Amino acid sequence: MAKDIRFLQGNEAVSEGALYAGCKFYAGYPITPSTEIAEHLSGSLPKVGGRFVQMEDEIAAMAATIGGAIAGQKSMTATSGPGMSLKMENLGYACLTEIPCVIVNVMRGGPSTGLPTGPGQSDIMQAKWGTHGDHPAVALTPSTVPEQLTETVRAFNIAEKYRVPVILLTDEIIGHMREAVEMPEPGELEVVDRKVPTCDPSEYLPYKPDADDLVPPMAAFGSEYRYHITGLNHAEDGFPSNDGKLAQADEIRQQKKIDQAYDDIVKVEEFMCEDAEHLIFAFGSTARSAKEAVQKLREEGIKVGLFRPLTIWPFPEKHLEKYVGKAKTVVVPEMNLGMAIFEVERVFKGQAKIEGFNKIDSEPINPIEIMETVRRVK
Amino acid sequence: MAFDYSAYLRDGKIPHIWCPGCGYGIILKSFIRAIDKLGWNKNEIVVTSGIGCASRLPGYVDFNTLHTTHGRSLGFATGVKLANPNLKVIGLGGDGDMTAIGGNHFIHACRRNIDITCLVFNNYIYGMTGGQYSPTTPKNAKATTVPYGNADNQFDISSLAIGAGATFVARTTTYHAVPMEKLIMQALQHKGFSVVEIMAGCPTGYGRKNKQGSPANMIQWQKDMSVPVAKAKDMTPEEMGDKFAVGVLHQEEKTEYVEAYDAQVGLS
Repeated sequence: MAKDIRFLQGNEAVSEGALYAGCKFYAGYPITPSTEIAEHLSGSLPKVGGRFVQMEDEIAAMAATIGGAIAGQKSMTATSGPGMSLKMENLGYACLTEIPCVIVNVMRGGPSTGLPTGPGQSDIMQAKWGTHGDHPAVALTPSTVPEQLTETVRAFNIAEKYRVPVILLTDEIIGHMREAVEMPEPGELEVVDRKVPTCDPSEYLPYKPDADDLVPPMAAFGSEYRYHITGLNHAEDGFPSNDGKLAQADEIRQQKKIDQAYDDIVKVEEFMCEDAEHLIFAFGSTARSAKEAVQKLREEGIKVGLFRPLTIWPFPEKHLEKYVGKAKTVVVPEMNLGMAIFEVERVFKGQAKIEGFNKIDSEPINPIEIMETVRRVK
Repeated sequence: MAFDYSAYLRDGKIPHIWCPGCGYGIILKSFIRAIDKLGWNKNEIVVTSGIGCASRLPGYVDFNTLHTTHGRSLGFATGVKLANPNLKVIGLGGDGDMTAIGGNHFIHACRRNIDITCLVFNNYIYGMTGGQYSPTTPKNAKATTVPYGNADNQFDISSLAIGAGATFVARTTTYHAVPMEKLIMQALQHKGFSVVEIMAGCPTGYGRKNKQGSPANMIQWQKDMSVPVAKAKDMTPEEMGDKFAVGVLHQEEKTEYVEAYDAQVGLS
């Protein structure tokens, strides 16, 4: 059978990924450069029995997304920086209450309204630290349009499997570019559904984790399991508790739940890294330029490789540690004034020369700029 | 035989957090009796709330209950309803929760006419944080953040709901415990967005500052200030003064949002 190959826009690929993953509910608010995701799903969700709603603001869109997930549907929302800031309140709610959902942030430039139609990578730290309090963070950074699709599926899988909100952290360049996408057949990509309780409803403790994966099975509202969810710190029965020791233990458990799943969640591409004396650490659209820079520098005889995280949070430190003591320099190009570079420095602990290349002028970082940086610092 | 509330209250969750003399217990009981009369399956009932004293109610009742973020009760409720329209969804909150921080969600839920029942507990004050003025605190009243008296204007929650498009709007008070039960029942049965504004006393946060006397006096005040809708219609604004109408203030038939959506996109 002929392959179904489509010339998709990055944002469309996210929507196709959501449908493939079984998303049945989208609540959003229009914002550049993410709007095409909402436009696509407003038309396509009803065809698979799902519903779309445009809410009154970003806060409500995040709230409704969580509500949809609690009612048993795979749910998502999409936005960009200013909207992401507004979503932070209820993102924190999803963190503490362990509600699976996917939040797409198509990063644009600048703080505040900034540069709405220009690309940016300045929300890296917001994805981890944006909402208040301690909580694990999962964020994925695709670099190509096909990856927009596959990483969206993976975002849903991680969300459902570990009961966490997952951020798909993409950017305006990949969101708006078009590339050929080979559409996956049903069954070709893994699709994970959340774990539901099997105990007698009278014995259900909604926040009692299973011993192995530390994930509590989640019942949908409307099933025979009636329970309480609160954004207050809570005991295993779901009811609020002021016991600080219990709150601490629960938050540590939630962190551990993601930490111990590192091998399952963290995905990287290591391109020509094996003999590399110099590494380029790049993600998202910047990694596209970095890959070309690696190929050109190799032609010059410079032993350079690209380390590309598809999972930026949890930070791929176990993967990166392999190069500590091997790589002499690490160049970190990013469309911000230096964010991921601090994580790279944390891993290398002074054992390599780390150099950033930063741009926030709404223009992509090009291969020449990366090549020049590598030549200069090597 | 006296009504047995225990069938609807969660084991071990009472006593509640509300202060002695608070009107919210009266609302809880009327709400439970309304649900009981409808004979609804508990598994199909979802109660969402925001933050504040009123918003602690869901923790006490044996339904699917969702205690969310400040003001966002109806945002969550909208997601629940759209993801599973078979559920019977009640979104509740206090005056500050629903009309200050949650004001945007409130008016848009009214406009959308989604089949959710919204109960607004109006006690004129932010109780949980210790008595700060809210959008419904009367002019010149005292609160911890208006020690010189309130210069701000007051929201009329029911008028706001009617203006924003809610298709069933009623007002009642904790004095009217039995009529309240009936109004809640009517609201729950109404297809579309229904609002019941419930005037309730906060002796600790509001009454004390404003020399309203005992909880009993505050309930007496509710009685004295209430005018049945039918009578209020014939009264001039001067005659009404600070009094308020109680009963069904507005009711209309209009296509409910999820049904309209499903018909539009070919889901039904």
